[in-house]
Amino acid sequence: MTTVARFEVNYLQYMDEKGRFISNDVPPAFARDLDTLKQLYRDMNLIRVMDQKAYALQRTGKMGTYPAATGQEAIGVGFGSAMTKEDVLVPYYRGQASMVQHGIKIEEVLLYWGGYEAGCDYQDARQDFPIAVPIATQSLHACGVAKAMQMRGEKRCVFTEIGEGGTSQGDFYEAINVAGIWNLGVVFIINNNQWAISVPSKIQTNCETYAQKAIGAGIECIQVDGNDIVAVKAASEKAAEKARNGGGPTVIECISLRLCDHTTADDATRYRPEGELDDGWTKEPILRLRKYLESKNVWGKKEEDTMLEELAQQVQTAVDNYLNTPTDPSEAMFDYLYAELPERTLAQRELAILRGSKPRGAK
Amino acid sequence: MAAITLIEAVNMAISHEMGVDKEVVVFGEDVGINGGVFRATDGLQEKYGEERVIDTPLAEAMIAGVAIGMAAQGMKPIAEIQFMGFIFPAADHIISHCARMRNRTRGRLTLPMVIRAPFGGGIHAPENHSESTEAIFAHIPGLKVVIPSNPSRAYGLMLAAIRDPDPVIFLEPKRVYRIEKHEIEDNGEDYPLGMCFVDREGTDITLVSWGAMLHETKQAAEKLADMGISAEVIDVATVSPLDIDTILESVEKTGRICIVQEAPKAGALGSEIAAEVAEKSLMSLLAPIGRVSGYDIVIPYYRLEKQYMPKVEYIIDEVKRLVEYK
Repeated sequence: MTTVARFEVNYLQYMDEKGRFISNDVPPAFARDLDTLKQLYRDMNLIRVMDQKAYALQRTGKMGTYPAATGQEAIGVGFGSAMTKEDVLVPYYRGQASMVQHGIKIEEVLLYWGGYEAGCDYQDARQDFPIAVPIATQSLHACGVAKAMQMRGEKRCVFTEIGEGGTSQGDFYEAINVAGIWNLGVVFIINNNQWAISVPSKIQTNCETYAQKAIGAGIECIQVDGNDIVAVKAASEKAAEKARNGGGPTVIECISLRLCDHTTADDATRYRPEGELDDGWTKEPILRLRKYLESKNVWGKKEEDTMLEELAQQVQTAVDNYLNTPTDPSEAMFDYLYAELPERTLAQRELAILRGSKPRGAK
Repeated sequence: MAAITLIEAVNMAISHEMGVDKEVVVFGEDVGINGGVFRATDGLQEKYGEERVIDTPLAEAMIAGVAIGMAAQGMKPIAEIQFMGFIFPAADHIISHCARMRNRTRGRLTLPMVIRAPFGGGIHAPENHSESTEAIFAHIPGLKVVIPSNPSRAYGLMLAAIRDPDPVIFLEPKRVYRIEKHEIEDNGEDYPLGMCFVDREGTDITLVSWGAMLHETKQAAEKLADMGISAEVIDVATVSPLDIDTILESVEKTGRICIVQEAPKAGALGSEIAAEVAEKSLMSLLAPIGRVSGYDIVIPYYRLEKQYMPKVEYIIDEVKRLVEYK
């Protein structure tokens, strides 16, 4: 017997949980720029503030089900900040960090989870996909977008995110397979937050890493500390550069921990082991970057308070916009079904308008 | 101008549109050098190159999902599912994404794409190759479902499907792929989607069918004429959105209707047509609504396939019952 192929999976971490650069690898240039790190710190905080506010909206009956991303802010902000405006984002349902980072408005995210289709009519990120609720389907859409870019000779790339649970779906395997064969410019981000609702990794896969699934598709992979935004951004920038220049796809597994419930409809105390959260809060991404900034004497209580006040204001403005958005008239249900509504459906539209104009029990 | 078969007409339409529109691309399993297992894409790779006629890995969900991504970027993919029996891995993409993208993005992302699939029984194919499941997709708002019954319609409707700004499921009745030839000029003229074709005018009964079964229906109409019964024959062609008005108009003229379908009877397109006629034209009816269909069973392996398929004499018998009804 002879060995015909050998593989390895590398792990990347620059900054440990105490906010110290520990890697033997030379940190990327952006990590030496304190203003960039301060901006990333702010961007991660924005998502946390937004998630808290969204939770409050749901709890007070002002919004539907919402999936927070508490503890995973470094992943979405990290890879989102590696994208250019011309790149296309094909997000998963817990993708608000990368979505906001890529120019989707906070109020658009709120509108979506608040039951408005208009929340997917992104005013700035016109080519980005709406959230894919059916798990893993987005991986394939990303490949289609990248195929179009490749056929047109464009130097753009596609980022798509998926939970570690989502990688159990056939669509994920089909996507990395075709991305490899066609050398598509897709960066697959696996957001490994350790939990698929209540299902932990040990009953999700027999693999040592999720990154290694890429090996079966013949594409490059790396595992990074998903709580280290420097590592996430560095790996994403490298993969994006490769993807834009015809170098093909990459799978990046980002290891983090979901520090919140799956959604507002979930109660993680039913399944989460005792102590996991306490431990998790010592490793989370925002705290460690703050420690680093503090160690460089560019951050303190005053800066923190000012920033949080500004972020609260920014989110509140978006919330006000969301809350002040009127509910569409009944005919809006019909108006984007086809480019041109068929006669039969047109008649139903008229009926809906008639019914909507005199709601029963209306005051 | 050569006389060509339905499958050749599909090929001609795709080739025509690839020639005039650079955004049109073809992909699927075996569509390249092999030209498709039924030869629908024969010669296209040679003509338009491997860049635009792409052999894919063997994964139907991938084929549909990739088509969605490409279409969202403004390309016009024509994706082939080799047999409709294999469309179900792709159904999540077709139903959960394809049909909804325009609506859920308020028209920001639209999907001008076609998914082609040969369907239906009668060619002694292996298991999972013979079903008629058009009603599943016809039930989904946001999709268009088109079924050509002859070569001319295959050409005109395929052109319309490619040019349509919304996703079209184009189901090809493989039993009649090569049963007849039409002389078709490759002039790029499309046929309208969402409209029935009246293939034969009549006064005693309206026969409604689509796809392969239209051939049995037309033969029945011929024989009925010999018996002194004048049947109007309607080819539905676009099974969704359904052009019910043409059917109702005809029923109001003839006073009778018989729907002929290869699919199982329950919950099918024929059920919808019957319900519409009952809702809107009941008072015009001189007899109950008739249906000739497959049975509500799993379509048998090919030894019993003939026993499953609706036949000309079943249509004649049902029409006679309706015309004689008092």
